[in-house]
Amino acid sequence: MQRTRGSAPIVGLAFVAAIVSLVPLWYLITQSFSQGLETFLNELLQQRTLTLMWRSGILTASVTVASVLVGTLTAWITTMSGVRGRTLLTISFSLPLAIPSYLAAFAWVSWLPKISGFTGAFIVLTAACYPYVMLPVSAAMSRLDPVHEDIARTMGRTSFEIFREVVLPQLRRPIASGALLVALYALSDFGAVAAMRHEVFTWVIYGAYRAGFNPTRAATLSLVLIAAAFALTFAESLARGKSTGNVRANTARSRHRPRSIGGSAIIFVASLAVLIPSIGVPVVNIIAWLNRTSTRAIDWSSVWATTGQSFVNGSATAIVTLMLALPVAWCAVRLRGVFSVLPERLTYITHSLPGIVVAISVVYVGIRVARPWYQEFPLLIFGQVIIFLPVMVASLRAALEKTPVSLEEVAHSLGTNKWRTLLRVTLPIALPGILAGSALTMLAAVKELPVTLLLRPTGMNTLSTRIWDFSTISDYAAVGPYAIAMLILAALPTALLGTLSAMKDGDS
Amino acid sequence: MTQAPALQLVDVSHRFGDVDVLHNVNFSVDHGSITALLGPSGGGKTTLLRIIAGLERPQHGTVLIDDKVVANASVWVPAHERGVALVPQEGALFPHLSVAENVAFGLSKRRSAETRSRVAEMLDLVGLPTSGSLMPSELSGGMQQRVALARALATKPAVVLLDEPFSALDAGLRETLRDQVVEILHAAHATAVWVTHDQDEALSTADSVAVLLAGHIAQKSDPVSVYHSPITPDVAQFIGETVVVGGQVIGTGNTVDTAFGNIGLLREHSLGSVQVMIRPEQFEIVDADHSGAIVTGEVLATRYFGHDGTVDVRMPDGNMATVRLHARLLPNVGTTVGVIVHGRVLAFDPE
Repeated sequence: MQRTRGSAPIVGLAFVAAIVSLVPLWYLITQSFSQGLETFLNELLQQRTLTLMWRSGILTASVTVASVLVGTLTAWITTMSGVRGRTLLTISFSLPLAIPSYLAAFAWVSWLPKISGFTGAFIVLTAACYPYVMLPVSAAMSRLDPVHEDIARTMGRTSFEIFREVVLPQLRRPIASGALLVALYALSDFGAVAAMRHEVFTWVIYGAYRAGFNPTRAATLSLVLIAAAFALTFAESLARGKSTGNVRANTARSRHRPRSIGGSAIIFVASLAVLIPSIGVPVVNIIAWLNRTSTRAIDWSSVWATTGQSFVNGSATAIVTLMLALPVAWCAVRLRGVFSVLPERLTYITHSLPGIVVAISVVYVGIRVARPWYQEFPLLIFGQVIIFLPVMVASLRAALEKTPVSLEEVAHSLGTNKWRTLLRVTLPIALPGILAGSALTMLAAVKELPVTLLLRPTGMNTLSTRIWDFSTISDYAAVGPYAIAMLILAALPTALLGTLSAMKDGDS
Repeated sequence: MTQAPALQLVDVSHRFGDVDVLHNVNFSVDHGSITALLGPSGGGKTTLLRIIAGLERPQHGTVLIDDKVVANASVWVPAHERGVALVPQEGALFPHLSVAENVAFGLSKRRSAETRSRVAEMLDLVGLPTSGSLMPSELSGGMQQRVALARALATKPAVVLLDEPFSALDAGLRETLRDQVVEILHAAHATAVWVTHDQDEALSTADSVAVLLAGHIAQKSDPVSVYHSPITPDVAQFIGETVVVGGQVIGTGNTVDTAFGNIGLLREHSLGSVQVMIRPEQFEIVDADHSGAIVTGEVLATRYFGHDGTVDVRMPDGNMATVRLHARLLPNVGTTVGVIVHGRVLAFDPE
């Protein structure tokens, strides 16, 4: 490990990034207590707030339970079931990640208007969230040693007993971490509940902002939301239990378990039962919108301009996030002590902040502190950067850890100073990871709704705001081209990446 | 030699928290020589190497390279300005660069004809003239280590530091590569410090062996002296197997009286009680009634290693001696044999 000597500029930049990301929290706390403790408690202890907590809690809990079930089932299908076409199934099952939740929700509502409310929000959020369970669980399942199952079988256990007694206990950690992601997502999602007009925290916070901007109420409710997010994170650390360690030495033994025709048929039906609501309904309805659109002229120049604007916003967000995240990740990987941990931890605090909360706090900061920037492009990017910083730090950290310290030391001994070593050794080796992290951030920024909605400069339209604006007035014919553009921009790269990595796995 | 040493350490001390890693380390390395820095794991070898390389600043003491101070209380020359090239464990080739680009890494004009010819020269030297366009992942472990050496030598460093360069390789490959590396270093007239915990590696490769025990250079001399006349019992025991018996120095201080009879001393010692160190290969096992056998003992156990073997013999006074023998001479367990000591031995003050 290197000392902090000579790293002061990088440490300084890392703390700048950390402070930037703490702006929302600072705002919420000052705003909540701005009218004194009494007002804060009045806002907090209303019957309405309690009802809201109940509604949000029910929605979060049911989406989490359903996502754990569906996610574990789909993980089993794609890794352990032995059915054919698992690569294709894996890609299909992960596609919902690429469809923005508000777009899926509007697709459902346009088809079945009666579904709005809890049922619709539940279906759309579960469809959007189960991949967060499926991905870690299937990774863990493919690392399981089939020998354990064979031993249990020789001891007279049935397949179901084996799953319950041998497989499931080994999946505790991935299920817990997946469930946490789902719960945080369900709690903080704005688009789906707004489209379904289901009154939970995020939707009401937005309402408090729109209806004459009652900042104290919005901030108080946001604090409750944040407290819930922290409680969830804490619960997850309890639920994951102690690490069982990795006792397994050898590489994957292949599973030879061909399925009977009947078994395959059941798995096929189960797969469809997952794919139809999560992919089928949204995609079919969006295509149906396009059919309605064709009866009037599509304003192609507007579609192009909007797509371009989304692209510009996404790129700007990705670049700024990258520049702020790099020093934070570098400190976390290469330094020891307080300079290493602190910036990373500080940025991580905002990890569970709902987008709508970040948006409202940045609006406030804009009005109070950065008036010239209010409703201007820089403030929009600032808000998005705060949201995507923690994820970018995590992916950069993983990328930078690929360069062992000894490589940098060899470079020093060959006459290369610290900065040149960073440029010639560390960054080139981390480049694939950096590019992947930036691309993911860009796509996420393109899909992002609440921050864009609240902070966009007057007259600016992106794909997400167009979809929102037209869908809220049920003008689905007008949404069609923008929705398709969004699907192409968001889902196509996901599918391509999935196919590429599946092909790479097949080779090795 | 009147020329200043290539590398010199004066009173170097270093602590990590409460742990005294190095104290008062003094040693120097001559131009064009290979010095092995030999010591047990955790003995401070790597810290010393990092201090020489400029990756760690010593808390006390002076480091000189070519008679120029690079580290003391007021001077600090960082690694990239020292001209000290590092060959770490497992080579540490840059995975994103080809073999040729790795070798050229430390050269200033990387695209010049001069660089190209230097790279070719280095790859030639390490016996990989056609591998320049390969990527590190396409090379075997031994080849990677030779490229790492070429990369280090390309910059014509004042000192090459090798940090247990073969610990990641299997035993057979290690010996072959060891000989090749010594040859390459000599061909390049390079000055090298070679860190190892392997006694055989140190004795067979280096011109000079510095034994680092408990953060201190216990002895630094040529391999033969280190093995045959270690100056402390610790060095004797670290550098090879020993049999320790009690004895009395008698006469003019050149002879010691032991259970094995009177034996000549390698170094004079003051009269009185001493500990005597005997190497296992100095013993000979003979028949119990052999005329030269002053002492007999019972064979407790034998170990067969193929090329040779060892015998544990219990002396009448209860002392144990482990004797190294040609494998076909191993006696049967339980028999009584005579023991003779050949050559001279070392006496140390009893602890």
